[in-house]
Amino acid sequence: MTIETAPKPTTSVGGAQRSWRDLLPSAAGPLIALILLITASSFMSDSFLTLTNIFNIGQQVAVLAILALGGTAVILIGGIDLSVGSVVGLSGAICGYVYVVLHQPIWIAALAALVVGLAAGTINGALITVWKLPPFIATLAMLSVARGLSLVVLDGKPLSGFPDGFRNLAIYYFGGIVPSAVVVVVVVFAIGIAYLKWRPSGRALYAIGGNEEVARLSGLPVNRLKISVYALAGVMAGIGGLLLTARLDSAQPTAGTGLELDVIAAVVIGGASLTGGVGTLSGTVFGVLIIGVLRNGLNLLNVSSFWQQVIIGVVIAVAILIENFRLRSKKAKQLGSKKAKPGRKSTTQ
Amino acid sequence: MEQGLKVERISKVFPGTKALDNVDLHVSYGKVTVLVGENGAGKSVLMKVLSGVYQPDGGQMWLDGESYHPTGPTEATERGIVLIHQELSLLPNLSVEENIFLGRQPMRGLAIDRKTMRREASSLLKQVGLEVDPSTIAGKLSVAVQQQVEIAKALSQKPRLLIFDEATASLGEDETERLYGIVSKLKSDNVGIVWITHRLIEIPRVGDNLVVFRDGQLVHSWDHINVPESEIIMAMVGRSLESIFKVPHEPADRTLLEVQGFSQTPYFEAVNFSLRAGEILGIAGLVGSGRTRLARALAGVSIAGAGTVSLNGKTIRIRTPKDAVDAGIVLVPEDRKDQGVAQIMTVQDNLMMPSLYSMGPLLRFGLMKNVAKDLAEKLKVKGHLHQVTATLSGGNQQKIVIAKWLPLNPKVLIFDEPTRGIDVGARASVYETIRGLAESGVGIIVISSELPEVLGLSNRILVMNKGRQTGILDRSKATEQAVMTLAVR
Repeated sequence: MTIETAPKPTTSVGGAQRSWRDLLPSAAGPLIALILLITASSFMSDSFLTLTNIFNIGQQVAVLAILALGGTAVILIGGIDLSVGSVVGLSGAICGYVYVVLHQPIWIAALAALVVGLAAGTINGALITVWKLPPFIATLAMLSVARGLSLVVLDGKPLSGFPDGFRNLAIYYFGGIVPSAVVVVVVVFAIGIAYLKWRPSGRALYAIGGNEEVARLSGLPVNRLKISVYALAGVMAGIGGLLLTARLDSAQPTAGTGLELDVIAAVVIGGASLTGGVGTLSGTVFGVLIIGVLRNGLNLLNVSSFWQQVIIGVVIAVAILIENFRLRSKKAKQLGSKKAKPGRKSTTQ
Repeated sequence: MEQGLKVERISKVFPGTKALDNVDLHVSYGKVTVLVGENGAGKSVLMKVLSGVYQPDGGQMWLDGESYHPTGPTEATERGIVLIHQELSLLPNLSVEENIFLGRQPMRGLAIDRKTMRREASSLLKQVGLEVDPSTIAGKLSVAVQQQVEIAKALSQKPRLLIFDEATASLGEDETERLYGIVSKLKSDNVGIVWITHRLIEIPRVGDNLVVFRDGQLVHSWDHINVPESEIIMAMVGRSLESIFKVPHEPADRTLLEVQGFSQTPYFEAVNFSLRAGEILGIAGLVGSGRTRLARALAGVSIAGAGTVSLNGKTIRIRTPKDAVDAGIVLVPEDRKDQGVAQIMTVQDNLMMPSLYSMGPLLRFGLMKNVAKDLAEKLKVKGHLHQVTATLSGGNQQKIVIAKWLPLNPKVLIFDEPTRGIDVGARASVYETIRGLAESGVGIIVISSELPEVLGLSNRILVMNKGRQTGILDRSKATEQAVMTLAVR
């Protein structure tokens, strides 16, 4: 969805002629940044642009990507979810507890993890819509609760010893090269992109983010959708928790700590607006990849993880500055073209 | 040499509108020129051009025969033309005297001469009949008193021409009287006055001559003020009231909506009315009478405490806007900016918002585009389907709010202040749309603070007073007087 088009003098009233700019994906900014980053990295390190390394990046960002899908939906409706990192930890903990301690089959353990994610998200949604807590507060509370619970469940110690079938969820390599985690991400995003574009409720999310009261008065089921979005974010955190546990072959009480901030960073770098109503999943993909490529490139260059944090912080700020600058020049252009309207009116009448 | 201010063929263009179109005006000293016109007619823009806030895009201005083209308010003030703003422009954190002499404080050496400042402020305040201590913090004063301080500030600049922009809007009766007194004193001091207002009753009280603005043009001027009100109104709106408000067509016999004992304590109590298919029911009442609350409860925006609502004989439960919309009762809300359209979304997104779920399990973008295009054309929405809605004028945004409901084929459409803040042209087309919908059998409820609007549109008028329904008048019996009597009883 593009937000602006410069009206052309030839356009008829109410007509929807669109300019060539609209043919660019709305996530053009992050895409260009990603290409630049990849180009720079491939010059600086010989091992960067190898298939192995590329799928390695995919493997590394898979959990972040899964969470960022839910995060995009949350930010689209003008909300925020700070709890997903903790829910990753909790769902992994539940999976480990059910399988290792309770000796249940692995599929029951995995299902339990997803149910816990769903429950955490639904509680977030209910707190926000029914009891009117600000999303920041509700999910901050859940951040603490879920992390605490995962420490309780695991008694502060990691559990390991998962079956191979489960571990293959993350580390099976299709054709010996494509990691299964990447396949999971691709499938989930394909469904998500199609949903946001073609399902009425997908478009309704944009309406809620655009103006919640207008959406409500338009008869859209705003509360139901908002709860669903937070529930989705919870389920995604559940899937993320499973992937992470499978990859590490270990359920750790502190797994996913701080991930929620990476999620917000990826979504925002991908062009979404924290005030809601603006953003795309394809943008989020690029945002996730920018973070992944940056980390990977810096690793290959042996930059210390301390400096990596500094650099990623700078990239976030610069990305948003560029986006703001772009929007401002677009706005100026739109005002400029509006000025021409009276003249257009008089020539066509 | 011609005395006073002379304006010739002044034009000012804004994105989307010609705010001023070849305006000629002459203001003499010692006279009050009254300027009337509807919102958006260009009055305030002209005054901002005269006082140097805006630069005109074309035309000439002369002051006492000399060319006058102020590059900013400072230059205008130096030449003796001062504007008293519609919105208060005092700094609330500074004292009255500091406000009056802001940027022009009397100095003694490097320091402000507080004594002189206080003395001069006192005498200015006395001139406007104010008895406040000049050291009072401006923000602590009532709006009316602030307005008078504003006038004192203007006088401190020794104006030869003073412009009052809707000066009485925030004043009570006594204060208004006092302001008239100040104006007549200024007149006798040979100050030229431009008096902008939309209250016609003020014309005989202050005026010497009268000009009428409409759509950025000066459409009529009289060098006296003995003009019948109907003639002024006709000049203001461009046609007589009768032609704008055609007699509404006779509704069907079928009762569409039946509301009984409808209450939302403490906002409104025991409201009973019925609405026939194709009928336009006006709801009149003062601000705070519960009109908007009633409309919002009917549309499910808030929940009514008691009462029944039945549609086509079937009782319906309305607890959310979705309930109301699903039943066929929709609302065009009073607050267009925050409740009617999502400003950051495109025209098409707004138009299609209520019908998203009726487009089938998967959205068809071609179909949506065509529907949106039809709606925009039908209601003459200017602009582009992919334009951000915020860039459209209020009138066009209002058309979007109405149009977005049409694909759902609503049974009852509730309009709350349908023409607030929109220009004359859009207003007429909103009326036409309302009438057209009624003729097609939709039941219409119109709430408006503007009595002529309610009277002109409706078949019947329900009057509310402090949350109670005080009567329902037939069109034939509904005069302004009859309605007001019920509204304040």
